[in-house]
Amino acid sequence: MSALLEVEDLEVSFGGRTAAVRGASFKVERGQTHCIVGESGCGKSVTALAIMNLLAKGGKRTAKRIALGGQDLQPLSDREMSKIRGNKMAMIFQEPMTSLNPAYTVGSQMSEVMRRHKGSTRTQALDRAVELMTRVGITAPDLRLGQFPHQLSGGLRQRVMIAMALMCDPELLVADEPTTALDVTVQAQILRLLAGIQREMGLAILLITHDLGVVARIADQVSVMYAGEVVERAPAAELFSVPQHPYTRGLLNCVPIPGKVRRDQPLGSIPGVVPTIQPGFTGCAFRSRCSYAEASCASSITRRKATQTHDYLCRLAPGELGNSDLAERQPA
Amino acid sequence: MSNPVVVLPAAAARIGTLGFAAGVIIVSVIAAAAIFGNALISHDPFVQDLGKRLVPPFWMEGNRPEHLLGTDQLGRDYLARLVYGARISLMIGILTVITSGLIGTTLGVIGGYFGGRVDDCVLFAITCRLSIPVVLVALAVVGLMGSSLTLVVLTLGLLLWDRFAVVARSTTMQVRSLDYVSAAWCAGASTFHVLTREILPNIASHLAVVGTLEMALAILLEAALSFLGLGVPPPLPSWGLMIAEGKDYMFFSAWVIMIPGAALFTLILGINLVGDGLRNLLGTEKSR
Amino acid sequence: MSKPSTSTAIDLRSVRRVFRVKSGMFAPERHVIAVDDVSFSVPAGSVLGIVGESGCGKSTLARLILGLLAPTSGSALVDGRQLFDLDRKARARLIQPVFQDPFSSLNPRQTIRDIVSLPLLAQGTFSSPEIERRVAQMLERVGLSTEQGGRMPSQLSGGQRQRVAIARALVLEPRIVICDEPTSALDVSVQAQILNLLADLRRELGLTYLFISHNLAVVEHVASEVAVMYLGRIVEKADTDQLFRAPRHPYTQALLASVLTPEPGKGVPDVGLGDSMPDPANIPPGCRFHPRCRIAIDRCRSEAPKAMAHSQHGMVECHLAPA
Repeated sequence: MSALLEVEDLEVSFGGRTAAVRGASFKVERGQTHCIVGESGCGKSVTALAIMNLLAKGGKRTAKRIALGGQDLQPLSDREMSKIRGNKMAMIFQEPMTSLNPAYTVGSQMSEVMRRHKGSTRTQALDRAVELMTRVGITAPDLRLGQFPHQLSGGLRQRVMIAMALMCDPELLVADEPTTALDVTVQAQILRLLAGIQREMGLAILLITHDLGVVARIADQVSVMYAGEVVERAPAAELFSVPQHPYTRGLLNCVPIPGKVRRDQPLGSIPGVVPTIQPGFTGCAFRSRCSYAEASCASSITRRKATQTHDYLCRLAPGELGNSDLAERQPA
Repeated sequence: MSNPVVVLPAAAARIGTLGFAAGVIIVSVIAAAAIFGNALISHDPFVQDLGKRLVPPFWMEGNRPEHLLGTDQLGRDYLARLVYGARISLMIGILTVITSGLIGTTLGVIGGYFGGRVDDCVLFAITCRLSIPVVLVALAVVGLMGSSLTLVVLTLGLLLWDRFAVVARSTTMQVRSLDYVSAAWCAGASTFHVLTREILPNIASHLAVVGTLEMALAILLEAALSFLGLGVPPPLPSWGLMIAEGKDYMFFSAWVIMIPGAALFTLILGINLVGDGLRNLLGTEKSR
Repeated sequence: MSKPSTSTAIDLRSVRRVFRVKSGMFAPERHVIAVDDVSFSVPAGSVLGIVGESGCGKSTLARLILGLLAPTSGSALVDGRQLFDLDRKARARLIQPVFQDPFSSLNPRQTIRDIVSLPLLAQGTFSSPEIERRVAQMLERVGLSTEQGGRMPSQLSGGQRQRVAIARALVLEPRIVICDEPTSALDVSVQAQILNLLADLRRELGLTYLFISHNLAVVEHVASEVAVMYLGRIVEKADTDQLFRAPRHPYTQALLASVLTPEPGKGVPDVGLGDSMPDPANIPPGCRFHPRCRIAIDRCRSEAPKAMAHSQHGMVECHLAPA
């Protein structure tokens, strides 16, 4: 069976001037979590919006293939797309307050989703809402249904968003930085909840984040994005133990790990800043910050395979990137 | 960051900038006419020629080439009067905005920055001001003290500061809570420095928008007062006064009120377009 | 920079701040205790990390020390002087802030050079060539070029802006720098650059940091001591190694458990906290943590625990903590 979501050679540009996403390809398997990780401006959020066809005005997407469950999404009209959004694929955002309507109660917003997509009655929809709110760990769901979004705490709002996204039994959940605005304790609770729901409902999750800790704990597959390109794709365990792209390794070195820190030692860091990519840019976008860069990095780079499931975009052969300093930081 | 970028639809943005450009052109043409116009026109706006009364403008029959826009009921050149009137309108607009801007900004910034009791006082002052009917007070003052240019400017300036105060107060409150104001405070800067260097420059653009709106309002009010005979005294050619003087003739020579009316409309439109354009520019600047 | 004269950089004693909140015209006034009886002393040249969730009072505490808010009661000694009695200029020479968001902490209408020279200008005792020299030196020290000094903040990236904020904080050579989440708005790779810069500057200039953060991994990397705040109180304080190795307070344990280290295969931990969110306007009786505590006993619901010292710097406020 083919993957649930297939994205091949996705390109997004804004006003023909900035190339936000350049040839991104990845697959999300059924029942798995696929993380897209990268720093701000790397194109990870734009990728998610492009898949949902929610790009801001002026944004243009082209792709060889964007398919959900074998159905090609590209030729669909706005109307057909909106039937799929919230139904077969649902989305949750970083700041739930911006995606919940402050003028309506939680209950009416949740039931509206299901009445629109499934044609359910109000009672059916509200029953389902109560069931899901209990599932996402909201106590006294009947009371919450009558409340307005601003009466809920941040963690509770994100739970409501998750419950709302699950209303129509989606196959794919796209989550854009769902826990970034939350406290660490609440973040762990929400992620644990997502992982539990995924196991139970066989849901596929496309999770967008900048936090490598989140990626390590929840992802099955990881795509690392840099300047609009997917520079490395691998199963999570492999990515963290044998990263092949210098950028991935640089990122890993930047993260302090409790218990592994030597306070007198500086953290690893990546010098310089992310370049702005104009259309027509060739070669490796990371070369200006890479200690392995040489003249050949300015010509176009072919994707190399480290293993059957692990590929990356760099001139270095698999294993050529020394892993000595990384190994030391990895727990036994 | 990850928030979806909201971009003005391209067409609307283009119309917006077109409007701004049109506004700037209109206002600068009128301003140029007001400053240099009388030097270029050979006629004196005050010289009467009763032999050439109500000469029609160039597009009508019976016009005379030396009076492009005709003459008024006392035979004064209409173009010269119109250009001189522009000077009066703009002068009143600018002086009023300076007066009311100073009063309103000072009150608003002080209220917004210090908060508490001070803010309560400022709010009370604004409420009091809003309960005064501008036109009635202006009529009463001018009626009591006689009409003069200075009096009109002073009356309007002392009455039109409320919007400045409201906007200055709310934007000051926003800016005040930003970290760079806290940082300046921690750096040991004086309150005066914080107010003038950290807060004022960052609310100035909002005040500029209010300024354009108030200027348009002041010009219209002056025209209204002059129309009622309580604005600038004749023979000064204010546009409002020109309309008032022309109203007796409008059934036979409609252009005597159409020309100053159109001039007034164009100037107000231009100023408002500039104001809208400024606000749009601000909007995009704010969402960095 | 001269050697600090005393071994204690800052000494806080029972600092308290109560906000009065009125929710409506006829609603009774409520008291929100944002910072409750906070005491600590920080040795010169060290870093005290302050951690806690949003609403725990850590930012209010920073604003109290910076003089942006007045304390309701309590005192603070810096250099043997009463901090809360000092005027702005004197305080500025002792304490400077680095704020979280480098986009709102720099005035968008001033050049970088103007921003960095403000603390020197405000003192009114420096000549302009002296100011110019010091600013140039400071900009170079934080890794900005002379050419960048003439730019506006909007022309710089987030990391560069945070360097400007650091330069502004250090140009007066203060004793103490309050870092309020200095890296949480930055990307991971830039965060590391800024943390390294802060560490270098501290060693070089003999600075003392109060480092406020919600990111425990970062705090562990930079701090020598850590204080954990919960609903306005410090519930545990200890040397960093001790606190991370053997946390005594159940809240500290939960915080540590919720840190997601980049270690694949470990799954998402169960932090063991209830859903009830702490509300500073409604502090529970007894131990303020008991509604979320999984080992709470009856005593915790009625009797507030007293601070219990367990080592020279360490203390914990819990009835059930191991001695």
